[in-house]
Amino acid sequence: MRKLMKNVSHLVLPISVMVLLIIINLVKGADYFTITMINGALYGNIPNILFGASELVILSIGMTLVTAASRGQDISIGESATISSAVFVWFVLRSGEATPVTIIVGFLLSCVVGLGLGAFNGILVSIFKVQPMVASLILFTGGRSIAFMIDGKLSPILANDISNRIGTVIPGIPIQTPVILTAVFIALFAVLLKTTTLRLYVETVGINPNAARLNGINPKKVIFLTFLIMGFCSAVAGFIAVNKAGRHDSVNLLKNIMMDAILAVAIGGNSLGGGTFSITGSIIGAYTIEMLNRTLLRLEIEPAMIKVFKAIFIVILMVVASPVVRDFIKKVLDRNRTRKEE
Amino acid sequence: MKDISKSFPGVKALDGVDFKLREGEVHALMGENGAGKSTLIKVITGVYEKDAGLITLHGKPIHFRSPQEAQNNGIGTVYQEIMLCPNLTVAENMFIGRSHAPIVNWKEMNEKAARLLDSLGIPASPIQELSTCSIAVQQMIAIARAVDMDCRILILDEPTSSLDEDEVQKLFELMRALKAQGVGIIFITHFLEQVYEISDRITVLRNGKLIGEYKTSSLPQIELISKMLGSELEDISTIRKHEPVASDAGIPVFEAVGLSSAAGVRPFDFTIHKGEVNGFAGLLGSGRSESVRAIFAADKVTGGEVRIHGKRVKIKTPLHAIKHGIGYLPEDRKGDGIIEDLSVRDNIILTLQVLKGLFKPFSLKEAEKFAEEYIKKLNIKTPTSNTPIRSLSGGNQQKVILARWLLTNLEYLILDEPTRGIDVGTKVEIQKLVIRLASGGMSLTFISSEIDEMLRTCSRLIVMKDREIVGELRGTDLTENDVMHMIAQGGKS
Repeated sequence: MRKLMKNVSHLVLPISVMVLLIIINLVKGADYFTITMINGALYGNIPNILFGASELVILSIGMTLVTAASRGQDISIGESATISSAVFVWFVLRSGEATPVTIIVGFLLSCVVGLGLGAFNGILVSIFKVQPMVASLILFTGGRSIAFMIDGKLSPILANDISNRIGTVIPGIPIQTPVILTAVFIALFAVLLKTTTLRLYVETVGINPNAARLNGINPKKVIFLTFLIMGFCSAVAGFIAVNKAGRHDSVNLLKNIMMDAILAVAIGGNSLGGGTFSITGSIIGAYTIEMLNRTLLRLEIEPAMIKVFKAIFIVILMVVASPVVRDFIKKVLDRNRTRKEE
Repeated sequence: MKDISKSFPGVKALDGVDFKLREGEVHALMGENGAGKSTLIKVITGVYEKDAGLITLHGKPIHFRSPQEAQNNGIGTVYQEIMLCPNLTVAENMFIGRSHAPIVNWKEMNEKAARLLDSLGIPASPIQELSTCSIAVQQMIAIARAVDMDCRILILDEPTSSLDEDEVQKLFELMRALKAQGVGIIFITHFLEQVYEISDRITVLRNGKLIGEYKTSSLPQIELISKMLGSELEDISTIRKHEPVASDAGIPVFEAVGLSSAAGVRPFDFTIHKGEVNGFAGLLGSGRSESVRAIFAADKVTGGEVRIHGKRVKIKTPLHAIKHGIGYLPEDRKGDGIIEDLSVRDNIILTLQVLKGLFKPFSLKEAEKFAEEYIKKLNIKTPTSNTPIRSLSGGNQQKVILARWLLTNLEYLILDEPTRGIDVGTKVEIQKLVIRLASGGMSLTFISSEIDEMLRTCSRLIVMKDREIVGELRGTDLTENDVMHMIAQGGKS
């Protein structure tokens, strides 16, 4: 039992935030957990959160790895997703009628593009030693224009049955498709971490690149690999987002999502300075952020004011969890103790 | 300073050390790595709190809580790394952070700076950008800054390590000028010639203990070296002296010809045979660490040939070296050795796991088995194998890194200062282990700042000075005296 407690100690922050949000929601209305069946699919507060957070969860998995290995963040994930999904849309529309084959080929093509964009960032960071944030600033700045050029016109529409099913529900399956895809994605990473030494390598490089090198690990390769994975995550997130929306809006698709992804990593108890990481924490963090967004909506806060409340909530959360406050509390406790002894 | 003690978890860094600095003298503080020099300085300047003892300044007891407070009381420190802002001007650097007035009187500041530079004979202009000055002048400006803050005690921590001969002379002139004004200077360096040129007195520390205070003029260089490296045997005499093996027979396990690296060691030749323990002797900065790092390709190898069992191989990265059965325990345990936040278990299996590859992770059970085996074998004191390595004492951390290498089935293990900064008991254990491994057929290179430790374990010593091999000692020549002489004179005695 004690061992279990130790293993989940880093999850205390995200879980307690989640519990707090649930309490607020239950106070607002006891029907928070109510789930209704509409047209054979489940809807309600919780399914909506799972649905809404899909892209964020996938992106924060990649962000966790990049942060752990490179000690920095990729701020171009929304733009990478926009570019790779633009390629997906371009391919599907170009092939005329959408069939499962064109969708799958289009998706694979967008994954290749995503990997390419990840490789671009990865080379800048690992070989040219550019700060991750500065390196990804390039795609962040230019990415949406590139996506717009691929689109060729404003917001191409993706009106076909298959896309609609990927973005909403498949008849006969009560759970929304993006939720299922996200679950599959999470499972994929669980398997990846289980069957490879990725965790050991990434953590070692993030904690002490010198020692990693002296023990035969090439820090450049590991950092590059995390950016590749990030690129793949972006492509998948872009795929889900564009199918949800039914059209490719290169200006607004997944706009500013990197902020939420970084925040999810932080709420998940991960250090943004790299090193040991918890993907479980980041996933819970991502769902927590979505829950927060929807809680603010449910509290009927004016839409224009929502961002302000979100900001306040995050400030409080981060200050409470910051090392300064923790050290201060520890110091105060120590001082009281010594005073008593004297 | 009287009877200063300071402990860190697992190590006594300073043990009842006395230190006395008189007005207008240059006092050299000498000792090898881990002797306690920097700890002593940090206690004086208020970086560390002392555990016991008394510090007095002009007879009054003092107690600084921060370096700022020490500075306000006239104790200035100039570190090896220059802590100034390169893109500000000389004058700005001299006065930055010293005034609380919201408006800067540039004219007055520049005039004051000019006067001060002039009086100390520093060849720099106040309005020059600092980065355009040579390192030596930057060093002097740092000193000028300290002097202008009415400092009566000046601590110079290895100020000459990045200076050339001329620059050192300029710095010494400045030090003499300050000395004449009655400033007491504590001078830390590992260049013996400089100590003899500039200092009046020498205090030697070893293993956190005071060895003694001497007048420079009455302490011959060879005696200083023996005091620094330690001559008396501690209670480690239980180790039997390693009998030299018939090591010259057969093909060497490892052989290098003309090996050089980007870290600036001169091309050197080196061989080691099966079951042999040899060592690189020399003072800090002599190139002993750089040499072994070149063997392991820890620094970029720039030339030379390497043979393993007589077969020519390429070793360009540490991974190549590891694959050829070479292991390297680095000098800087914290910076190059341990993976702080990872568990003891992960730290032990790390290198073996790297050899095994990305797609073949050890199961937790396998890893646990390895970890438990070596925790027992090397007597590593840790609550569990899951404990992060950073919470272990230095000696136990070192054992974990040893375990990491032993697990990989090595043929040749390089140990660079494996016993530095760890307790005596663990030191003995590590020395015993070295001898046991060698009798099991492993070849080892053992480097230590404590010469008697090397004499006890090595059958052959390669002596280095100024990044060059100056000689080799073996058999009956292998005595402390011979080693000291060779280090001091750079040739056969």
